[in-house]
Amino acid sequence: MQYLLMIYGNEAAMAAVTEAQGGKMLAAYGAYTEAMANAGVLQGGNRLRPTSASTTVKVADGKTTVLDGPYVETKEQLGGYYLIDVPDLDAALSWAERCPGASTGAVEVRPIWAM
Amino acid sequence: MPDPVRQTAEAAVRDSYGKLLAFLVSRTGDVAGAEDALSDAFAAALAEWPGSGVPDNPRGWLATVARRKQLDQLRRGRTRRDATAHVVLLADEVDAARADPADIPDERLALMFVCAHRAIEPGVRAPLMLRTVLGLDTAAIASAFLVSPATMAQRLVRAKSRIKLAGIPFRVPDPDELHDRLEAVLDAIYAAFAAGWSDPAGTEIRRRDLAGEAIFLGRLLVSLLPGAAEALGLLALMLYAEARRGARRGPAGEYVPLAEQDPAAWDQAMIAEAETTLRRAGTMGVIGRFQLEAAVQSAHVVRRLTGRADWVAIERLYEALARLTGSPVVTINRAVAVAETSGPDTGLALLDTVADDPRVAQYQPFWAARAGLLARAGQSGPAADAYRRAIGLEPDPVVRAFLLRKMEDLT
Repeated sequence: MQYLLMIYGNEAAMAAVTEAQGGKMLAAYGAYTEAMANAGVLQGGNRLRPTSASTTVKVADGKTTVLDGPYVETKEQLGGYYLIDVPDLDAALSWAERCPGASTGAVEVRPIWAM
Repeated sequence: MPDPVRQTAEAAVRDSYGKLLAFLVSRTGDVAGAEDALSDAFAAALAEWPGSGVPDNPRGWLATVARRKQLDQLRRGRTRRDATAHVVLLADEVDAARADPADIPDERLALMFVCAHRAIEPGVRAPLMLRTVLGLDTAAIASAFLVSPATMAQRLVRAKSRIKLAGIPFRVPDPDELHDRLEAVLDAIYAAFAAGWSDPAGTEIRRRDLAGEAIFLGRLLVSLLPGAAEALGLLALMLYAEARRGARRGPAGEYVPLAEQDPAAWDQAMIAEAETTLRRAGTMGVIGRFQLEAAVQSAHVVRRLTGRADWVAIERLYEALARLTGSPVVTINRAVAVAETSGPDTGLALLDTVADDPRVAQYQPFWAARAGLLARAGQSGPAADAYRRAIGLEPDPVVRAFLLRKMEDLT
């Protein structure tokens, strides 16, 4: 089954990390990504720019509204994702708990709707 | 339709509901679909058996028909995952054609682990287990858990759909994670027992029966996982409690606390089984919460032989439980035991250590324990205050009446 691991974290805290902390975080994510690739479960993934770079679009009654910023203003925002293919939820959860983001924020695990 | 046919069909389903359902779920991971397939098979039996006669192996017949119904369900489905499942089922049918239909593998243990999976909300695990492993109807489960049938049905539907869509695996966990995962199964069974036990008067038959169903689940778990010490501990604990069910109320329906119960009113055979079960757990060398709690019960019911509960043992067991769980409830029980061995003042001092815990302020047993110890220490004023707090927090009128009497007895 395919699952999307969505990494949520505090953007303000993320912006405040020192260069040394940021380096450590990148190294941790690098090792984690490599581990998933080695296990043959990794199908994709990316880090996202902060929501200050987001633009949100809505169309109602034929009129388009464009707002700068995220859809929902919250302290915790989606900061990145991985797409993995594993046998079941247990396997997906065990990858989610290894994600560096799980210990600083939270990782939401959602099954992909197979078409 | 002749009645005996219906009875045979019903008996075949009831006796092996969990086994049939677990077997069907093991093929697809879809609980709701398996339930539908099984009820379709049951309907087919009621339609066909009156004409064709009851088959030699009713359960095997039901399994075969239900399997075909599952295939039909998948043929109607169009998702990719279902397509894979379809191939698996077809391959399975080829094997099944050669196998003995009576020989259905017992997959109930895996089903119990699915019901108590960490991705399932804790509150729905016990109802889900009662529904799938025992085949209890939703209305009965709802009344035992004090919610409306519609609410319970909705919770069960949501949980079953989660099992399928979130991809909760249908399997017994690997040995290295079995211990942790087993805890959730034990908690769910104990929650079912507690729901049945909390009707002390036994006026609500459905809730009373639930304690029996939970004991059935406990026995089943022990038979499927004979090496699990805590499963034995849980079974022993439930048996000790159930053995005292009738003694919890006096002739006029009044509340009788454990210390004042007449041991002759306890079910001696059930206590004997509890003792044997707990001893078996003890030989495995793995201690845990349920064994400790069962041992506390054992130290209480020793009164039937010696005339006095073994308070020294009870105090030590609660000490071990407190270390294991860190729960203020355990400390309250330990304080009562300490009062028996070292006097009420020592017990009160121990109670004071949890008095600031916010969970305790609204917890009736804390105030009742405090009141009892204050009374024994000769402080009737503070004791009356504590009884008032306890009475204000107690929902059961019978227990309220008991506390009120205790308060009036203060001099």
